[in-house]
Amino acid sequence: MSTPTIPVAGGIEGALDRSHAPAPRGTYLDVVHSWIVTVDHKKIGLMYIGYALIFLIVAGIEAMVIRIQLAVPENHFVTPFTYNRMFTMHGTTMVFLVGMPILFGFGNYLLPLMLGVRDMAFPRLNAFSFWISAFAGILLYFSFIGGLGLTGTGSAPDMAWFAYAPLTERAFSPGHNVDYWAVGLLINGIGSIGTAINILVTVFSMRCKGMTLMRIPLLGWIYATVAFLVLVAIGPLTAAQGMLLIDRYLGGHFFDTQAGGSAILWAHFFWIFGHPEVYVLVLPAFGFANEIIPVFSRKAIFGYAAMVGATVGIAFISTSVWAHHMFTIGMTSFGNTFFTLSTMLVSIPTGIKTFNWLATMWGGKIRLATPMLFSIAFLIQWVVAGLTGILLSIAPFDWQLHNSYFVVAHFHYVLVGGILFMIFAAFYYWYPKMTGRMLSERLGMWHFWLMVIGFHLTFDFMHLPGVLGMPRQIYTYEADRGWGTLNMIVSIGSLVQAIAILIFVYNLVHSYFRGEPAGPDPWDAWTLEWSTPSPPPSYNFAIDPVVASRRPLWDLKHPEDPDSAFE
Amino acid sequence: MSAIPLEHIQDETAWELPSKGLLGMVCLIVAEIAIFTIFVVAYIYYMGRDVQGPTPREVLEIPYVGTVCLLSSSFFIWLAEHAIEQGRMQAFRLWWAVTFVLGAIFLADTSMEWNKLITHDHFTISTNLFGTTYYSLVGLHASHVILGLLMLGLVLLFSFTGQLRPTHSERVQVLALYWHFVDAVWVVVFTLVYIVSRHGGTR
Repeated sequence: MSTPTIPVAGGIEGALDRSHAPAPRGTYLDVVHSWIVTVDHKKIGLMYIGYALIFLIVAGIEAMVIRIQLAVPENHFVTPFTYNRMFTMHGTTMVFLVGMPILFGFGNYLLPLMLGVRDMAFPRLNAFSFWISAFAGILLYFSFIGGLGLTGTGSAPDMAWFAYAPLTERAFSPGHNVDYWAVGLLINGIGSIGTAINILVTVFSMRCKGMTLMRIPLLGWIYATVAFLVLVAIGPLTAAQGMLLIDRYLGGHFFDTQAGGSAILWAHFFWIFGHPEVYVLVLPAFGFANEIIPVFSRKAIFGYAAMVGATVGIAFISTSVWAHHMFTIGMTSFGNTFFTLSTMLVSIPTGIKTFNWLATMWGGKIRLATPMLFSIAFLIQWVVAGLTGILLSIAPFDWQLHNSYFVVAHFHYVLVGGILFMIFAAFYYWYPKMTGRMLSERLGMWHFWLMVIGFHLTFDFMHLPGVLGMPRQIYTYEADRGWGTLNMIVSIGSLVQAIAILIFVYNLVHSYFRGEPAGPDPWDAWTLEWSTPSPPPSYNFAIDPVVASRRPLWDLKHPEDPDSAFE
Repeated sequence: MSAIPLEHIQDETAWELPSKGLLGMVCLIVAEIAIFTIFVVAYIYYMGRDVQGPTPREVLEIPYVGTVCLLSSSFFIWLAEHAIEQGRMQAFRLWWAVTFVLGAIFLADTSMEWNKLITHDHFTISTNLFGTTYYSLVGLHASHVILGLLMLGLVLLFSFTGQLRPTHSERVQVLALYWHFVDAVWVVVFTLVYIVSRHGGTR
């Protein structure tokens, strides 16, 4: 053959566009206009992330109100009505306006860059999805202004984030609280489904040359799985909210127990959405770990194929575990047994992932930079969260602790200890790519250690009042219950976390202006996004890259030992 | 640095990925199936649980005309897909128009049925559980038919103005896939509402 080599790596080399000069900035209005009309996946991704960060602060303030209220017995910091709104909006906001948008934001930003293409599959659908979700978030928060106005916290939803029937029926919730919740989330769901379609099509129909399915960065597989789960999980929520609105506005009887309707059916429908939703939130965290842990251990990920299998396995199992949220609702013993066993089954694929991460770190040359620190904390906390999850999957154990603070501690261990920690890791890892500047490591260390201390103060100690019988969502408690000290520790811990997050936000702003310039590849990483300048130009790659292995940049940097020789 | 020996992707022309439009539509259909499943489950769960009448047997009549029209429209849209793929625009317009008319007849049939139920039987969405589940399930399907008809109508319009050309056959296929899905859902809804609940749900 005349050319025994083909310009594979050259394709990537050609894509290294280092002559990128930032376009001159227009007036203030020009900049705002360019962001509003943009269909660029990177700008939309950043808007998702910014939107989520704003609501993270808002929901964090709501959490602080809850913790102040519960810090001491018989407290009257806020009224019971306000308190109900606080915990409802805290949960709803964190899941729908923080968790999903921030993960969609990272997905939007990273997927086309990692897959070596110039945009998502449907850029205009992407912009539509973001703006309709943003509208839903604003609509949901407009509820604070409606009705009784700001001081009485308006007509914000106050029936807990799972909105159990028949409390949500017109007879028991006469105002517009439930309507804001149902309509807001229904509209938000349209945006989520749009983004999910976009992600799935991008991963399967928009890969650069040579990127076969088994060469996609694991984050791509994770996001494809997440998108599939969004499709099958948001649909039931949308349907159930449609039914609720039919009940409330057209006089239907879906959840009207007086006319033979069933409140339990709502619980089933909600959790058919609700449990896959947990995996929608946690799988991207796994995806970040899949990218960060290998780079900071200087080893390729251990067991790529097993990781893909475990990801898809989690998705399938997670659709058949929903009723473990409903053990006390009165199911048959067959139902209880089935959902206990199916829930325990989840621990097999998640266990595979955990051991693969450990095996990736094993013998590696570990660099303890902030992204890796957060990843290691995530690993430990995730295992603990999984263990309490297995405890709660046992129906008789759950009968004891259902709706207690033990459950609250368990799922916050997942959501904060698992997901939020990995989101922080992702920020430290990809912020240089997004802005062109490094986040300050010194502030990052403060953030990390305060976060770890605050997290463990809060959520380790939160298990105990639960075991002692403290139910979730209560307004206050008597002094002689013996929960006072523990709740005070929990509240102090939450204050420490709040300080840590403020340091993080300060770091984001400070480093944007004063951070060290990052260069295209500050972490010496392997996936395609690091072959572009930081921040990448709007077209991503000057020349479409061609890849020959899972780690194209490794091949480029180490032509003497390319991955492609082993695949 | 630019030369790494690689053997296995020399055949560069073989890089083909699935169609974006079709895959996107399949994803949308998956989400729609999830929504319909929940409404179907609610219908089945509440079958025969009413505390007051009327029952499906008392008020429902089998919509033969609408069903035959809707299901056969899938065949005609398939003919239209083939016609545009082979560039026969005249045939495409004919089959596409037939599809549109059949869909419209189905919708008219449903609206006459609802008219009869509401004005003659005084049976509405708030009458009982059967009313709630019936109107929401059939109505959800009918709203998809309306959306489908709007899009079919647009394509028909474009085909007459000449803006639709054989190069757009893949986009037409995407829309046709949606229409096939609407038809397939009717098979489930029809069987459940007009066959099973009319003949089975006597508790």
